[in-house]
Amino acid sequence: MSFPWAKEYTPANGFTKFLDEKLPLPRLVYNAVGAGYPVPRNLSYFWNFGVLAGFFLVLQIVTGIILAMHYAANAQVAFATTEHIMRNVNWGWLMRYAHANGASFFFIVVYLHIFRGFYYSSYKAPREMIWLLGVTIFLLMMATAFMGYVLPWGQMSFWGAKVITGLFGAIPLVGEPIQIWLLGGYAPDNAALNRFFSLHFLLPFVIAGCVILHIWALHIPGSSNPTGVEIKSESDTLPFHPYYTVKDGFGLGVALILFMTMVFFLPNALGHPDNYIEANPLSTPAHIVPEWYFWPFYAILRAFTVDFLFIPAKLLGVIAMFGSILLWFILPWLDRSPVRSGHYRPLFRKFFWFGLIPAMIVLFICGGAPAEEPYVMLSQLATAYYFLHFLVILPIVGQIEKPEPLPYSITEAVLGSDKKAVLGENASPAV
Amino acid sequence: MADTAATATPETAGETGDGIRRRDFIDIAAVSAAGVGGLAVLYPLISQMAPSKDVLAASTTEVDVSAIQPGQAIKAVFRKQPLFVRRLTPAEVQEANATPVGALRDPQTLAERTQEGHQDMLVTMGVCTHLGCVPLGAAEGEVKGEFGGYFCPCHGSHYDTAGRIRKGPAPTNLEVPEYTFTSDTTIQVG
Amino acid sequence: MTKLLSIRLVAILAGLGFALVALYSFVVGAFAFLTEETAPHLPYEEPRDFAFSFDGPAGKWDVQQLQRGLKVYDEVCSACHSLKYVAFRNLSQIGYDEGQVKAYAASKQVPGIDPNTGEATTRPGLPTDYFPSPYPNAVAAAAANNNAIPPDLSLITKARGDGTNYVASLLAGYQEPSAELLAEHPEAAPGPGLYHNPYFPNLNLAMAPPLTSTGQVTYDDGTEATIEQMSIDVAAFLTWTAEPTLVQRKQTGWPVLLFLLFATVLAYLSKKQIWAAVKPKKK
Repeated sequence: MSFPWAKEYTPANGFTKFLDEKLPLPRLVYNAVGAGYPVPRNLSYFWNFGVLAGFFLVLQIVTGIILAMHYAANAQVAFATTEHIMRNVNWGWLMRYAHANGASFFFIVVYLHIFRGFYYSSYKAPREMIWLLGVTIFLLMMATAFMGYVLPWGQMSFWGAKVITGLFGAIPLVGEPIQIWLLGGYAPDNAALNRFFSLHFLLPFVIAGCVILHIWALHIPGSSNPTGVEIKSESDTLPFHPYYTVKDGFGLGVALILFMTMVFFLPNALGHPDNYIEANPLSTPAHIVPEWYFWPFYAILRAFTVDFLFIPAKLLGVIAMFGSILLWFILPWLDRSPVRSGHYRPLFRKFFWFGLIPAMIVLFICGGAPAEEPYVMLSQLATAYYFLHFLVILPIVGQIEKPEPLPYSITEAVLGSDKKAVLGENASPAV
Repeated sequence: MADTAATATPETAGETGDGIRRRDFIDIAAVSAAGVGGLAVLYPLISQMAPSKDVLAASTTEVDVSAIQPGQAIKAVFRKQPLFVRRLTPAEVQEANATPVGALRDPQTLAERTQEGHQDMLVTMGVCTHLGCVPLGAAEGEVKGEFGGYFCPCHGSHYDTAGRIRKGPAPTNLEVPEYTFTSDTTIQVG
Repeated sequence: MTKLLSIRLVAILAGLGFALVALYSFVVGAFAFLTEETAPHLPYEEPRDFAFSFDGPAGKWDVQQLQRGLKVYDEVCSACHSLKYVAFRNLSQIGYDEGQVKAYAASKQVPGIDPNTGEATTRPGLPTDYFPSPYPNAVAAAAANNNAIPPDLSLITKARGDGTNYVASLLAGYQEPSAELLAEHPEAAPGPGLYHNPYFPNLNLAMAPPLTSTGQVTYDDGTEATIEQMSIDVAAFLTWTAEPTLVQRKQTGWPVLLFLLFATVLAYLSKKQIWAAVKPKKK
């Protein structure tokens, strides 16, 4: 934000001058995502996913508000009004499929955004606050997505609600009263459905608020970049507009092609057939599985199959599942390697590509599979690695690893040489 | 996002460190395509609020009028609103025809408000043209107003035996919906 | 610094703890896996692949087939299965004109109220009515079917994996269990009131074979009504009932994708053009 070479907004005419004096909204946009925001010139396509996540949040809010115009949150009619949307409402099928697949795409781009952050250590100082807000957004997304999946009141909606609220029942002493309080009853019914609808409507706006804070916090230090070397001079940066607006526009086009292919040609591929059966409290589906974006964490939940000392297995699973995400909050203080980017960290890179990524894939597969061998055993190994990776390996690797030499500046990384570096001006590396 | 930023500050769009370049045709085309796409998306977003298929399918109503005796009326429901079907007595028909049309607020003859051959069958919406209340006079024993037709209790509009406004604030006669006799005893409204 | 070190120390201990407990579960599970026998799955078959006209991105309804399927539903399935999300008016989408829809609706009795006494009764259907259920409620349905409630069929092809092929395979797939199967899995033998079907996940189905002989339904278009033909036709019809907008969806998708492709190519060219000045030359 405070780069001295950032372009200054100049109102073009009387009206924008007036606006700039009274409510400098154009100036805000100009400095946030316009030419007034200098961005590292070397961002790869992995830096597209923030803007894409913002797009899918807006898409979810727009389609969601439309669906809420036709949906009724009452256990008697919720399933029928969902079918009413699919059959009778003009373009209702498009709105619902876009909303259901939009949730999946929102998670896809957010996962890529998060793993970009893991690989390039985007969470490190001075960007801890951006990261903390990001993890908060992710937790809110999970809560929103879970409650949204309950609304069609299909079999998976009902049993998902029952199983997830049942997790709270694992808490000693107060667990069961909490579960009953959450549901407003002894099993999911009208009370639960109505409050889930209300919160599912509210939380996206809370997310939007957090996104604004996330972007605000981003503009304090500016964007990170694939080298992890901080911006040193104007030649390291390009104005966000037009360089990154056009790049994000192209990325959005590619994402929309994939998204629309799913919506129009494979709209139910990511869903579960059982959710086209109306909720039946007296009959459990053969395999209860959450939506695919929860699978890795669902696998961690189910990996704990045996009581340990005095702690019941169910409670262990619940603690591990919540812990597996909450530990992201302390990531900036665990990984103390002076180098950010995985490009220049040989040991970290090996653990990332041959440890974390395979473990996540295994957890993903096991979470979607029935609770049978060999999936349970595989998920136990992957769970063990997951915790070791973040809590043990990252802190230790940061201490013992010998990083590869960093480029002097972003300019040098892009152009092969930086005149200022040769001249020795501003010669103190930022890291 | 790319789109709004591009249109918000077009003057900066071709600038680089080496000086000002002309905005190219291709950039304009790309921004225009984004604009066209955005406009196309509006169509489903707007039309989803129009009546859905089940509402449209229920937009015609059949009414059996065989049981209505002269001087009686029934209330039916047409598009979720009350519909009055009234069989006029010869006296009521005569009264309606005797009224000088030119003096009416909304000049219409009884013949214009009924179908040929069924001049005694008055089919009107049961919706006062003033502010949408349901007038009295269709059910047995209700006040029929000073002109023997319908009377709206909300603001005191009086309709005559042909459902024409005669006194009170209502601007026009009770609306006659589109309908046809599918047989001598059945009408299809809508 | 010492404070941060202690955060990492706590984290390392916690990480080792979580890993240890997970591995403990793994060891116990692995031991059980190696020493205990688990009940084997009954081997059921994946649905056969019938080529339907509406398959694939350019698929279209075969209206004749849908009408044949309606006839099979009407004469066979509807005795036990409801179709509650489908209205008679919807039949105008599968090639029936207004008069035919009206006549078909009127031939069905739907629940109504006697205008004189207010008692529950039935009346001939109107196009706006929905297909009536064969049973007044779930208890009656269970009582009439040996406690197995026949599911509503409106969404059945979406409520099963590979639903259209599954429904067709299941209906055409009733057979006696093979001797090898019974030798290997004696528990697969159908119990009382159950019927063997290799496409049903536990091989034993409470529904008696509904389609039993060629010509059980007389098709208006002269197609020979073999069991397989009837199964395929009714599966196609039930795909339509599950998603009447299926073909409209695919047909809308093409122009949308073509436009997006066009716009994305433009965006790519624009991106290349704008970045050309600041990109280092490729060596």
